[in-house]
Amino acid sequence: MISLLLLMLLTTLLAPLAPWMIRWAGAKASWALALLPTAIFVQFLSLSGQVFSQGALSWSLPWMSQVGFDLSFYVDGLSLMMGLLVSGIGALIVVYAGGYLKGHPYLGRFFLSLLLFMVSMLGVVISDNLILLFIFWEMTSVTSYLLIGFDHDKKEGRQAALQALLITAGGGLALLAGLILLGLSGGSFDLSILRELGFQASALPQYPWILALVALGAFTKSAQFPFHFWLPGAMQAPTPVSAYLHSATMVKAGVFLLARLQPELGGTDLWFWLLSSVGGITMLWGAFLALSKTDLKQILAYTTISALGLMILLLGTVSALAATAFAALLLAHALYKGTLFMVAGAVDHQTGSRDVRELSGLRRAMPWTATSALLAALAMAGLLPTFSFVAKELALEALLLSPWNWILVSIISLAALSFVFVAAQMIWLFFAGDLKAPKSPVKEGYPSLLLGPLVLSFLGLLMGLWAGFGQGLIHSVGRSLQPLGEFPKLSLWHGFNLPLLLSVSTLVAGLALFHFSNYKSILSWDFIRSPWRLNTRFQDLFEGTLMASGWVTDLLQTGYLRHYLRMVILGILLLFGLSFFKYSLPQLQTDWTDVRLYELGVALIIALAALAATMVQSRLATIACLGVIGFMVATMYVMFSAPDLGLTQIAVETLTVILFALVIYKLPVYQVLSSRINVALDALLSLGMGFLFFVMILSAANLQWHEPISSFHGDNAWLQAYGRNVVNVILVDFRVLDTLGELAVVAVATMGVYSLVRLKRRRKSLL
Amino acid sequence: MQTTLALLSGIVFACGVFLILRRNMVKFVFGLALISQGINMGIFTAGGLVRHRAPLIPSDQDLLAAGSADPLPQAMILTAIVIGFGILAFTIVLILRTYEVFGQVDIDEVRAVDR
Repeated sequence: MISLLLLMLLTTLLAPLAPWMIRWAGAKASWALALLPTAIFVQFLSLSGQVFSQGALSWSLPWMSQVGFDLSFYVDGLSLMMGLLVSGIGALIVVYAGGYLKGHPYLGRFFLSLLLFMVSMLGVVISDNLILLFIFWEMTSVTSYLLIGFDHDKKEGRQAALQALLITAGGGLALLAGLILLGLSGGSFDLSILRELGFQASALPQYPWILALVALGAFTKSAQFPFHFWLPGAMQAPTPVSAYLHSATMVKAGVFLLARLQPELGGTDLWFWLLSSVGGITMLWGAFLALSKTDLKQILAYTTISALGLMILLLGTVSALAATAFAALLLAHALYKGTLFMVAGAVDHQTGSRDVRELSGLRRAMPWTATSALLAALAMAGLLPTFSFVAKELALEALLLSPWNWILVSIISLAALSFVFVAAQMIWLFFAGDLKAPKSPVKEGYPSLLLGPLVLSFLGLLMGLWAGFGQGLIHSVGRSLQPLGEFPKLSLWHGFNLPLLLSVSTLVAGLALFHFSNYKSILSWDFIRSPWRLNTRFQDLFEGTLMASGWVTDLLQTGYLRHYLRMVILGILLLFGLSFFKYSLPQLQTDWTDVRLYELGVALIIALAALAATMVQSRLATIACLGVIGFMVATMYVMFSAPDLGLTQIAVETLTVILFALVIYKLPVYQVLSSRINVALDALLSLGMGFLFFVMILSAANLQWHEPISSFHGDNAWLQAYGRNVVNVILVDFRVLDTLGELAVVAVATMGVYSLVRLKRRRKSLL
Repeated sequence: MQTTLALLSGIVFACGVFLILRRNMVKFVFGLALISQGINMGIFTAGGLVRHRAPLIPSDQDLLAAGSADPLPQAMILTAIVIGFGILAFTIVLILRTYEVFGQVDIDEVRAVDR
């Protein structure tokens, strides 16, 4: 377990070296890079014995234990299978990409993102802590964004990447809320602990919320209706990415999550209806749209959506049989869909086209590709003797036992029609007619392009012929979903029964459909365009959001300093006002009596001068008012035992008045600039601020949180610092660094003033 | 007297706020001056007012007599007065320069630099 985590860490650390490796050794370096996922794959294999016997392995490192977040990992059957798929297919894809993107200037960068994606995806499947899982989940979204937008000089690529990111990350936010709710109501963020406690969320009042939020995250990630449209868009990515992220691994993260949480959240009516209906609609809709496409990758993308729908549908039914079927289907789909995508990429790479209308008879030119395509197409159609056949029979058996069985089974059969159709299209491409391709001569791809499809497609065949081969793994996945379930023995031949009859009839119907549709594709469905194009609707929403935020920005960011100041002031007043409203005004100890007449006189002069300063229409008068205030404040300081303040104030005030008087006649006379309404509004705001300030001073005067530290200064000024004026001793001794800072400010201001004045002179001499 | 002085600081502060909300940049500087004046007075008031007991140690004693004014707020305000002057001087020259460059003191007319 630890070595697995260390290998993942090593991969993360080595991934940034990929660009250098590519620069140094060229695309061949991909074989070396593939060693990292291979090592992880072997590590998972070596864990499998323990997982089969113990059920689950876990390992944990304290992180933020106080709030229940630990770096805890958990490998059960489900994680094991996902881990094997992610690392195994990952290794093949790295090799494949080395051939497919040979000579691409950013190949190194590609491998960097791909390896980081792989580690994030592995993190998702082995996380025990829900928050940790979420972090890895978001990392897959981000790396997927980089990979979809890999051809960043294309506008469509960037747009598709952004769309995928917005949808999956938006769903991710819902997921985070759902996971937090789940963790809080379960008392722990560790899934293994929840499982030990036998936690069941279905009895809680917040259960519908948890389920809805988690499902939203899972549905967006796994491209379920109505969020499915980002997946065909994501086909802008280079084909290795489509094969890896958008068929075999990342889009299964949502399915994985629902499977992972089935013991905690599943088994209710709500669960059944939500998953069955969304999965069913997605399955039908994806299958239907697949019929209208001619681009190989688009066809495959829509069938992927459809297959993901089937997996969700199967998760809706909670039984040991359904769990087995789910596990088998997950595996079978990854094997054949990964193959088909890589085949599509190889065909595109070797012939220059992915359009089924432009291609046929490739079998002689590309025999190995054709072989793997044939095997994968048989698997897609769910035919003997592939592993998909086993999976499909199990799925039909499981759904026949669930409520509303006939509806679910008809959905599957209808969708299977389209699968048969697409499989026939694939086979037609290679085995029918004469060689036809836009580029000639067509040659077989490099070994690196062949390795992946051949390994995966033959694995699918092997597991079908020898159904016991994968049984341990499938059953251990089943046990993750149904800890106490009894799982059926896997075998290729189930005898003549209802599911077989259904399979045969869909096969016949599918082939008939293919025959009558002229062997190509069912016309383009024009009505799917305008209002049904969720893609366009999403784009509208996106642009609408941008427009609205632009509008709000224009409203708030006027470019007028006054408006910003007003907003700040209003904000302060509102915040204080609200807290006063909530906690009542602080108790103010007012005492108007202890006033001597001369003090009152000084105060009155200050108040009148301040008011006059706001009203007089002459610049000189304002300066005079400011001077009066300054000198009167100095007097006030002296009266209240602060002679040093008084002295400083008088010196500074004199300088200020001189400065103002020097400058003021270079500036224009006042004009009436503000309207009456503005003046009134500003006056109101100022009054509010003044009142707030008054309240703050009075409350501060009566607060004593701490012993005053001034006694220290009074006691030590003479004995330690040899000064009798305590204020001065504080300034030049106890707090001398503050004074240094003050001097620095004055020095900087002086330099600023000097340079502004100098600047003027030089500009003039230039003119 | 504390209440009176607190009210007075509030008035000076309010007048300063009113002035910095004007469109004329010159008034803005005056507002700045008033605001710092008001805040200094506010801190002074909140620090506690004592009449005729300046924080000086008489030559025949070693310690500051109990009941003297608190020297610490005074030291802080002294620093603030000097810094306030530095800022004020810089701002007024800055506005003078702005006027020379843009030929305007109406801040609305020079907002091109902000956009």
